[in-house]
Amino acid sequence: MSDNAESPTETQKDESTASQPPQDDSTTNEEKKKIDVLLKAVGDTPIMKTKKWAVERGRTVQSLAQFIARFLKLDASEQLFIYVNQSFAPSPDQEVGVLFECFGSDGKLVLHYCKSQAWG
Amino acid sequence: MADDKDVLRDVWFGRIPTCFTLHQDEVTEREAEPFYLLLPRVSYLTLVTDKVKKHFLKVMKAEDVEEMWFEYEGTPLKWHYPIGVLFDLHASNTALPWSITVHFKDFPERDLLHCPSNSVIEAHFMSSIKEADALKHKSQVINDMQKKDHKQLWMGLQNDKFDQFWAMNRKLMEYPTEEGGFRYIPFRIYQTMSDRPFIQKLFRPVSSEGHAHTLGDLLKEMYPAAIPHDDEVKRLQVVIHGIEPLLDTPLQWLSEHLSHPDNFLHICVIPAPTD
Repeated sequence: MSDNAESPTETQKDESTASQPPQDDSTTNEEKKKIDVLLKAVGDTPIMKTKKWAVERGRTVQSLAQFIARFLKLDASEQLFIYVNQSFAPSPDQEVGVLFECFGSDGKLVLHYCKSQAWG
Repeated sequence: MADDKDVLRDVWFGRIPTCFTLHQDEVTEREAEPFYLLLPRVSYLTLVTDKVKKHFLKVMKAEDVEEMWFEYEGTPLKWHYPIGVLFDLHASNTALPWSITVHFKDFPERDLLHCPSNSVIEAHFMSSIKEADALKHKSQVINDMQKKDHKQLWMGLQNDKFDQFWAMNRKLMEYPTEEGGFRYIPFRIYQTMSDRPFIQKLFRPVSSEGHAHTLGDLLKEMYPAAIPHDDEVKRLQVVIHGIEPLLDTPLQWLSEHLSHPDNFLHICVIPAPTD
């Protein structure tokens, strides 16, 4: 897969502190229940200033996509696609914890997001 | 010895006799007769129910019809799980035909994904194959295929063409002989008793000492309660394609022969019948 689909501003590597997306419920911040997710924009999709987020394992891909769409203030009509390994779009009801277990590396899960279908 | 290819055929042509009934709250102009169909286990509900939809639309007004969805005994049926998985998980050990209720309103947004067209099913199916190949071959096999090869896998499933599908799918089942299997086995373990969608982790077909992992080895690590102890009444059944494979069956063999067309080995853990 070519790298030029990456956002050119991806050089910024300030990932030492992970931010927290707003919680759906008020569970305690048990670190074990959360995983680090690194969000990367593809093509002309806007980048997020904060790229690294601590996300609950049980959170679904759909809920994460909704969070990104709100964060980027996308129109309700705009779709957001999420990709793992720059190759497949996980099912919206898939838990990010499962994706982390199977496709995470160096202690984090890298997800690419895009307003149009980027890969297959 | 019987040819293992026969197993692939048996899996592909597995059918579940099903009776579709319109939900009582749906408004009809005259009584809706039930509709009977043999459902392919390896396909998807929304891919094989055009006839069901046509049948019920004959007695309904267009304005009363929204997206069609299915339910079994109060449980909305996820179209993006293979049909055989839905049956094994929710309706094993019940009388046939499988009785599915059809709805055209009150779509359960929280439980089901929308399925506006076959292209949504195709995208889901191809994503599953790609995810499986990421586990099996670091995506090398699926990435080496061309667009038309991907299309052949999908068309094979959509049109129920065993030879067309397997002519391509066998490439996804190859592995270097010296490694004794795939990198990881793409599997999902479903359980009736849980709100969690399924268990999916990394698991190798061969142990670090070089012996073949079995179905029992996988369950021991992922779901120990599913393995009965010697002196205990069996409480749970481990079901794949409607059968209970022996726990000492090599996992690699199961992955090659009992995986669904999406290349995942779908394993259901359900309560054992109590009589």
